[in-house]
Amino acid sequence: MRHIISVLMENEAGALSRVVGLFSQRGYNIESLTVAPTEDATLSRLTLTTIGDDHKIEQITKNLNKLIDVVKLVDLTEGQHIERELMLIKLKAVGSQRAEIKRCVDIFRAQIIDVTSSVYTVQVTGTSDKLDAFVQAVGDAVILEVVRTGVSGIARGDKVLRL
Amino acid sequence: MLSGGEMLIRSLQEEGVDLIFGYPGGAALHIYDALFQQDKITHILVRHEQCAAHAADGYTRATGKVGTVLVTSGPGATNAITGIATAFTDSIPMVVISGQVPAEKIGEDAFQETDMVGISRPIVKHSFMVKHASEIPAIIKKAYYIANTGRPGPVVVDVPKSTVNPAEKFPYDPPKKVKLRSYTPISKGHTGQIKKAVEMLLKAKRPVIYSGGGVVLGNASEQLTELAHKLNFPVTNTLMGLGAFPGNDKQFIGMLGMHGTFEANTAMHHSDLILAIGARFDDRVTNTPGKFCPNAKIIHIDIDPASISKTIAADVPIVGAVDSVLAEMLELLKESKQKPDEKALASWWKQINEWRERHGIYTASRYNTEGDMIMPQDAIKALYEVTNGDAVVCSDVGQHQMFAAQYYLFNRPRQWVNSGGLGTMGFGLPAAMGVACAIRDKDIVVVTGEGSIQMCIQELSTLRQYGLPVKIVCLNNQALGMVKQWQDMVYDSRYSQIHYEDSLPDFCKLMEAYGHEGVEIYTKDELKPKLAEAMAKKDKTVFINIHVDPSEHVYPMQVAPDGSMRDMWLSKTERT
Repeated sequence: MRHIISVLMENEAGALSRVVGLFSQRGYNIESLTVAPTEDATLSRLTLTTIGDDHKIEQITKNLNKLIDVVKLVDLTEGQHIERELMLIKLKAVGSQRAEIKRCVDIFRAQIIDVTSSVYTVQVTGTSDKLDAFVQAVGDAVILEVVRTGVSGIARGDKVLRL
Repeated sequence: MLSGGEMLIRSLQEEGVDLIFGYPGGAALHIYDALFQQDKITHILVRHEQCAAHAADGYTRATGKVGTVLVTSGPGATNAITGIATAFTDSIPMVVISGQVPAEKIGEDAFQETDMVGISRPIVKHSFMVKHASEIPAIIKKAYYIANTGRPGPVVVDVPKSTVNPAEKFPYDPPKKVKLRSYTPISKGHTGQIKKAVEMLLKAKRPVIYSGGGVVLGNASEQLTELAHKLNFPVTNTLMGLGAFPGNDKQFIGMLGMHGTFEANTAMHHSDLILAIGARFDDRVTNTPGKFCPNAKIIHIDIDPASISKTIAADVPIVGAVDSVLAEMLELLKESKQKPDEKALASWWKQINEWRERHGIYTASRYNTEGDMIMPQDAIKALYEVTNGDAVVCSDVGQHQMFAAQYYLFNRPRQWVNSGGLGTMGFGLPAAMGVACAIRDKDIVVVTGEGSIQMCIQELSTLRQYGLPVKIVCLNNQALGMVKQWQDMVYDSRYSQIHYEDSLPDFCKLMEAYGHEGVEIYTKDELKPKLAEAMAKKDKTVFINIHVDPSEHVYPMQVAPDGSMRDMWLSKTERT
């Protein structure tokens, strides 16, 4: 099963490599990873998605917790949560394609954020599934470049992950 | 005002460090100069950095005090890696200070530059890179705190030369206490879980206490012994746990696992309740996990939550320091009106004693005693007698290690020093060197083979320099014995790369060259007298070259793959 694990860690050199190293060292896989400092500059928030059965996920969270740089973590998929990913996608847009892509962008509630006579650059946000669907909808033929941020997530309601 | 180098030495002194094992070099020169200008810390100059780490490790295992290693950058640091990994796998606390090229040169492929923090990352509990001299006191304090609390382990402190420059002085301002918001080691176990465990213990009909290295590390052997006696449960120790429960106590049923005793492995298999204490269900213990102890409920006490239910699911997990959890269990037992099931235990003991009689290695010699050659088992038995079972035994890795584990009955914790998890050949001699630095009133013995000893043999020179007496008992079988055993059993005796083709050195002459002594033992008659004679040379390092039967295997040996705990080879021809 796919899990989204959100980690608060010390914003220090080497902390990220310890987290990533743990995954390769113990043979866990990382589907996506995103990290940035929080409002408290001494802390970074790292969100990663991984796939594994309950036993593996338990080992992952236990071993992450053992890292001295990890302050707190939560498996967001254990409760109600919101997940978002952002994609920038550059599409070949000439002739009749221009209108078609525009329609697709509207359907997905995406935005065209840069335009040239032959290219649209589109920003899409949503769950990873929605981003996948957009990629499929526009089709390989027009795609020039895809950049995805990886999943970011937060718990619904009152629950917060902070010190 | 102190320089970074002076702060480093001062901080070590304040941590109570009085001994460092190390090797100088370019990036560590400032630190070594600061070390020169003080007299509280003794430095032992090893001959190879791997051995600095092993020596610090041996020192720690025998005394419980955190060992300290000091090496230079690049090859100095990478040479220490095997030693750090050895300590990490066995959860031995250690602080390794490595010199590093000046901060402004990092990343420029400078002379003797290597990314020590990166290279050591998977084999340390934590690591630090010093960015400024003023951070040094706090980092050193944190390093020792992290190394020696919770589940212990090695900590690396990488020190760029520019941060210990003697020309730059800063106020020395050490923190009084360590504060780490992300690290709070657990001590007390969950009382509810402990209560539940005690209830299960009192109801058990075929219980086994399976205790590991955590009991030694957690200084809980007294509590373990009291608990076992109070309950009258059989106790088996892991390779790492030997000595935590007295080896010649009648409730001790021997080591368990791949080369465990018949009675220990069989009792585990038929048990209805396993109390695992500071043990981690290693693959050399469990055999096939899916067939492990099919009828047993498992209570697992460990300080590391990640060790619980990692390979074998625990029914009652208890995360906590073993001494505290066992003490709480003892309290609950004292208060409880219920007593252990005496009738069930009596028939359980009857069964275990029958197993002991049938195939146990302590009720009869289960190997060929008729031949002319010395059997390795007899060599260990003779060592046990000659040393009155009181020596600190440091082992290398291989058949001799298993024979020592089986036949030298350790009666106290920290008496048995070996690389259990990583299985590092070459560990024994430098580890004994570390032990010898701290312990003067006991015999210190290295049990080794002619293969292992050659991996770190240059430390004979260090032993000479510092007058450290150790007795090296070499079970010389002319081959890499454990590999040979596997090649016999699994590869139809196709001996791939296990012989030295008459290239073994004359160990006695080699010893003389280093200023030590050597003795050859060939016959059964001379085994004990010559061993005793060598052991009597208290102030000398002596190499005791015992020529043993080269065809002997270690038994019992669990059947793999797909075997359960009770599936064992008992000899070359006999199987359970």
